[in-house]
Amino acid sequence: MITVQHVSKHYGRHTAVHDVTFHVRKGDVLAFLGPNGAGKTTTMRILACFMPPSDGTAHVAGFDCLEQPMEVKRRLGYLPETPPLYQELTVNEYLTFVGRLKGITPSRVPSRKAQVIEQVGLGPVHHRVIGHLSKGYRQRVGLAQALIHDPPVLILDEPTVGLDPNQIREIRSLIKSLSGSHTIILSTHVLPEATAICTRVMIIHQGRIVAEDSPERLSSRVRQSEKLSLTVKQPSADWLDRLGTLPGILNVFPTAQPDTCTIECQLGQDLRDDLSRFVVSQGYGLLELTPLSLSLEDVFLYLTQREEFSEGSPTAPAQVTPSRADERAAT
Amino acid sequence: MTPFHTLLAKELRCFFVSPVLYVVGTVFLFVSGFIAHLMVVNAGQQALRLLQIQNTYAQLNLNELVFRSLFYSLDFVLMFLLPILTMRLFAEERKLRTFELLLTSPIGINEIISAKYMSVLLIYCGLLCLTALTPVLLSLSGSFHWAPVVTGYVALALQGGLFLACGVLASALTENQVVAAFLSFGMIVVIWLIGGFGALLGDSTIGTIFSYVSFTEHYDRLVRGLLDAKDVVYYVSGIVLTLFTAHRVVDSHRWH
Ligand SMILES: Nc1ncnc2c1ncn2[C@@H]1O[C@H](COP(=O)(O)OP(=O)(O)OP(=O)(O)O)[C@@H](O)[C@H]1O
Ligand SMILES: [Mg+2]
Repeated sequence: MITVQHVSKHYGRHTAVHDVTFHVRKGDVLAFLGPNGAGKTTTMRILACFMPPSDGTAHVAGFDCLEQPMEVKRRLGYLPETPPLYQELTVNEYLTFVGRLKGITPSRVPSRKAQVIEQVGLGPVHHRVIGHLSKGYRQRVGLAQALIHDPPVLILDEPTVGLDPNQIREIRSLIKSLSGSHTIILSTHVLPEATAICTRVMIIHQGRIVAEDSPERLSSRVRQSEKLSLTVKQPSADWLDRLGTLPGILNVFPTAQPDTCTIECQLGQDLRDDLSRFVVSQGYGLLELTPLSLSLEDVFLYLTQREEFSEGSPTAPAQVTPSRADERAAT
Repeated sequence: MTPFHTLLAKELRCFFVSPVLYVVGTVFLFVSGFIAHLMVVNAGQQALRLLQIQNTYAQLNLNELVFRSLFYSLDFVLMFLLPILTMRLFAEERKLRTFELLLTSPIGINEIISAKYMSVLLIYCGLLCLTALTPVLLSLSGSFHWAPVVTGYVALALQGGLFLACGVLASALTENQVVAAFLSFGMIVVIWLIGGFGALLGDSTIGTIFSYVSFTEHYDRLVRGLLDAKDVVYYVSGIVLTLFTAHRVVDSHRWH
């Protein structure tokens, strides 16, 4: 549905996006994740035909963004970083205007308008002047504007920024319900958002794609060992050393609590069975044994910071170097 | 509704909800009415003088005494006022990022520019129609030739159309509305001064070219009642050229 090939964008001498290539299949939800200035907005603007790429090609719904921008624009709902709102119009007038501008037949405008007002929760303010709305409501109007012509492709730049927690949940479930029938790209800094609603995550850093995969696979990729957290009732003085002697265990780290430790073992091994038997046989009293998985946040930090830290430095996990990042760094 | 009509309707709506139109409209109508009043009073005094000297009721030429002066003065008023009408057209969209919506909607840049230009042109022509009250009222109590008055209004419409096109171009050049207003005022003054320069150079080739490029001589002819195709062609091509430049400017912004 969306194909981006070797796209670069230069602002003068500054390169905002550098040789980016990716595909999004129909029905997928892709999250752009990256620190400020990573190039998320720039990539989205290129896809929305707001600005042409300096290099490379972008196709949306089978049409080239440079050659057939009109066809692309007809099939695209775009929420820019700053919601494009005319302060002096009311929400109703504004949505009617956008609907007609996007080319829906005039007779369908009222029903579409009613539907998006319902979807994004604009009911209480639909007759008010946009300039008088609070930030969260303006963001919703921006979202409604992107949805009004029911486009098959949605590009949402930070869709939930400025919303209250309740509304964030509603918008996320709205995006989730749209996935499948719609192809969606969204950008976010909020990592749980990416895990919650996206089928794929793309981490961008300094204009390059650092990693791209499903949220689960991404965290397992970065993981170099399985980690378990173990809590017991009555630890003996040398219980950590004793645990370390078990076969398959690489390391045992103490934690802040004296009765809890973190156990590191080889990737792909499940030692929970052995461990629990050992703990019981030693009479420690097993309270809790849970596998620790890396959150997307860790992945994000790891992938975006590893460039700055040399291999093997204490902050960057050593040895195993997963992900596409290396191939890119090498080239 | 085509995208052009949609945008035109929205632009007109925005004009009517913003105070700028009301301020500019009031000033324009007040000044034009006031000037007309002065001219009529002046004509009356001249009539009295003629009466004292010649002891007869002289046939006053209202066309010359009232309308021609009125049209020349309004020309100046437009130079100041029209840039204020056009300044927000593109500058505001860029500043408030709403231009991102227009440029990512299925509407071409030429449609955007023509819709915006058309909206402000309609507003301006509406204002002009309101000033037509002056000749209508005068025709009730005096007599004059309608033809030069009509060509005078054609001149005002074309002249204003050219100024508005300059305003559209200026607004496309910057994000700042005040800068846009001064820029279009500057453009208009420069085109005007070129005419003065051409007049200084006289009948030489460069002088003729300069005079042609400026609106002064074209406006002059129309106000005198000479409706010549070549003057109309001047204005129309000037407007088209300026709007085309605005198109290039808007387009080139996307490539930065
Ligand atoms: N109009 C512009 N002119 C010059 N440089 C720009 C322009 N827009 C963006 N940039 C630069 O391009 C880079 C990428 O910007 P971009 O807005 O795409 O980042 P982003 O990933 O969206 O960041 P954020 O999370 O803060 O929204 C930044 O370094 C920025 O300074
Ligand atoms: Mg951004």
